[in-house]
Amino acid sequence: MTEPLLEIRALEVAFGGFRALDGVDLTVGRGELRFLIGPNGAGKTTLIDVITGLTRPTEGSVRFEGHDLAGRREHEIVRLGVGRTFQTSVVFEELTVLENLDLAASFRRPLWSLLRRRRGVSEEVAAALETTGLAGLAGSRAGVLSHGQRQWLEIGMLIVQRPRLLLLDEPVAGMSSGERERTGELLTEVARDHTVVVVEHDMEFLRRYASQVTVLHEGRVLTEGSVEQVRADPRVQEIYLGRAREGAEDAVR
Amino acid sequence: MTAPAMPVRPGEAPPDGTVRRWRGPAAFAAVFSAVAVLALVAAPLLLEPFRLGLLAKYLCYAIVALGIGLAWGQGGMLTLGQGVFFGLGGYAMGMYLKLNDAGGDLPDFMVWSGVEKLPALWKPFGNPVFALAMVVVLPVAVALLLGTLVFRQRVRGAYFAILTQALAAALVILLVGQQGLTGGTNGLTNFFDFFGHDVAADETQRGLYLLVAAVLGALYLGARQLVRSRFGRLLLAVRDGEDRVRFLGYDPATVKTLTFAVSAGMTGIAGALFVPVVGIISPALLGVVPSLELVVAVAVGGRFALAGAVLGAVVMGYARTYFSEELPDAWLYLQGALFVLVMTLAPRGIAGLAANLVRRREART
Repeated sequence: MTEPLLEIRALEVAFGGFRALDGVDLTVGRGELRFLIGPNGAGKTTLIDVITGLTRPTEGSVRFEGHDLAGRREHEIVRLGVGRTFQTSVVFEELTVLENLDLAASFRRPLWSLLRRRRGVSEEVAAALETTGLAGLAGSRAGVLSHGQRQWLEIGMLIVQRPRLLLLDEPVAGMSSGERERTGELLTEVARDHTVVVVEHDMEFLRRYASQVTVLHEGRVLTEGSVEQVRADPRVQEIYLGRAREGAEDAVR
Repeated sequence: MTAPAMPVRPGEAPPDGTVRRWRGPAAFAAVFSAVAVLALVAAPLLLEPFRLGLLAKYLCYAIVALGIGLAWGQGGMLTLGQGVFFGLGGYAMGMYLKLNDAGGDLPDFMVWSGVEKLPALWKPFGNPVFALAMVVVLPVAVALLLGTLVFRQRVRGAYFAILTQALAAALVILLVGQQGLTGGTNGLTNFFDFFGHDVAADETQRGLYLLVAAVLGALYLGARQLVRSRFGRLLLAVRDGEDRVRFLGYDPATVKTLTFAVSAGMTGIAGALFVPVVGIISPALLGVVPSLELVVAVAVGGRFALAGAVLGAVVMGYARTYFSEELPDAWLYLQGALFVLVMTLAPRGIAGLAANLVRRREART
C-alpha cells in the first residue's frame, strides 16, 4: 500500500472558545479529486488554512508526503508542493496576465537569477495560458479581468508551480453559469494529472464534477463517500435541507 | 465576459504586455532621460559656481529620492528615516576627510572638545579605501539587520514608517550627545582637501558636480534595470499583495529586506557625495524633517516612476531655494499644502500627470 499524499489526524483548531475544527481526520490519496463540502462555518476554509500554514492547529497533525506541515511558514509549504487559491481571487492587478503566470512559475529559481529580465515565454507558462484560455489576454493587466477570468488565472498560476496537491477554495463562488461550466472543464482537466481538493458549496457543481466527497459539519467529518452515497445519507440531507428551509443560503450560492 | 478569449496558436509568442502597458510612462521616461541628460551636461557651462553647487546638492538628494522611490514606490515600504543611511554615508566620508585634513593630528573639533587621543572608532576611517567601503557597507548592514528583524515579524505600513522615523530621531540624539566623537550639533565641517583637490575651488566643485551627476545616472540605470527584472515584478507583487506572494512560494521578507538594503546603500552614497559638495554633514541634515521632506518630494514627483522621484527631488530643491529666498516663512506651509494636494488629486505625482498627457496624445493619433 502506498503512503497517502495528505494525512490529517485528530486536527483541532480553537479560536478563543470556539472550536473551528474539532478532531478532523482526512486522508487524500495521490491523483484524487476530492470535494470538501459542508454548511457555512463547518470548518472547510479553516482546514485549508491549516494545511497551507495560514492558521496554526491547536492539536493534531498534518502530514504531506512524509513532511509534518504544522509550524512551517507559508512559502515553505508551497515549496514542498502544496498550492492553493482563495475565495476572493487575489491576482496582481498591476502585472499583466503573462507576468502573473511567469512570477508564479519562477518561484524555484534562485533569487539572484530573478535580477534578469524575462525573455520570451517559458513552455509551462504558454501551456497554462492555453489551458486556462487566457492566451488572448496575456498582455492585458490582470486588473481588467472579469471575476471568472481571475479565478482561471489563479488556477493557471497554481498549475505552473507544478504542485503535488492543489487546494481550491470555492472556485465557482460568484460565477455566472457559463463561467461555472468553463471552470468545471478546467478542473476536470487539471485533476487528470494533479491531486486536487476543492472546497465547494455549490450542489449543482458538485453533482456534475465531483467523485469523492467529504462532508464537514461543525468542525468534524460527518461522512465520506461517492456523491450518491453522500447525497443519500440522511444526516447530510438533514443539515442541508434543514438549512435550506431556514434560508436556502447554501443552495442559492 | 463568459467566453474565453481566442487562444494564440502554439509556438506563437503572446503579445508582451509590459511594452504596451508601460508605453505612456515609458515615453515619459525616455523624454525625461533625454532632457535630463542634456540639462545635466549643459549645467556646468550655463550656471555660475554657486548655482552649480546647489544643483549638485539637489542631485545628491535625487539619489536619496531614487532610493525612496525604489523602497516606497515599488516596494510599498514607506521609509521615513532615510536620513539614517544618508548620515552613515556622510559621516563615513566626513571622518575620512577630517582625518586627512588633520594629517596625523587630532581633528580640530576634537581638540576644542578636549579630546586627547583619537577614538578607536575613528582610526580605521583614516584609510580612504575603508572609509569609502563603509559609505555603502554601513547603511546596507543596518538595513539588512532592520529588515530581517522587522519584515520577518510582518511589521509593515504605518508601523514600519514610524519605526524608521524613530530610528532617524534616535541617531540625531546619539550624534548630538557625543560631542567629542561626532562634533555634536555642528557635525563635521571645515574640510580643505578632497583626494588631493581643494574642496573650495570652483574647478573641484565642477568636477564634483559631474561626479554626482554620473553616479546618479548610473544608479538610476541600475534601479531601472532592477525594476524591470523579474525581481522588480516580484517587488510590485509584494507591494500589492504580500500575503498572496507567500502562497507563490516566495518569502516577502527577503524581497523587502534586499530592496530596503539597496535603497539604503544608494542613500549612503548620496550622503558621502553630499559632504564634499556642501562642505558639512551634521545631525540637522539627517533627522526626521529632512527625511520627511524627501518623501514629500518623491510623492510630488511621482513615487511609482523612478524618474518621477528624481524629478521631484530636484524640483522641490529648487522650489525650496526660491521660496526661502523670496518668501522664507511661506515655504513650510506651501510644502505641506503641495503634499496634501498631490496625495489627494494626483497620487502619481508629476510623472503620473505627464504619463497621462502622453497617453492622451497617443489616443488621439
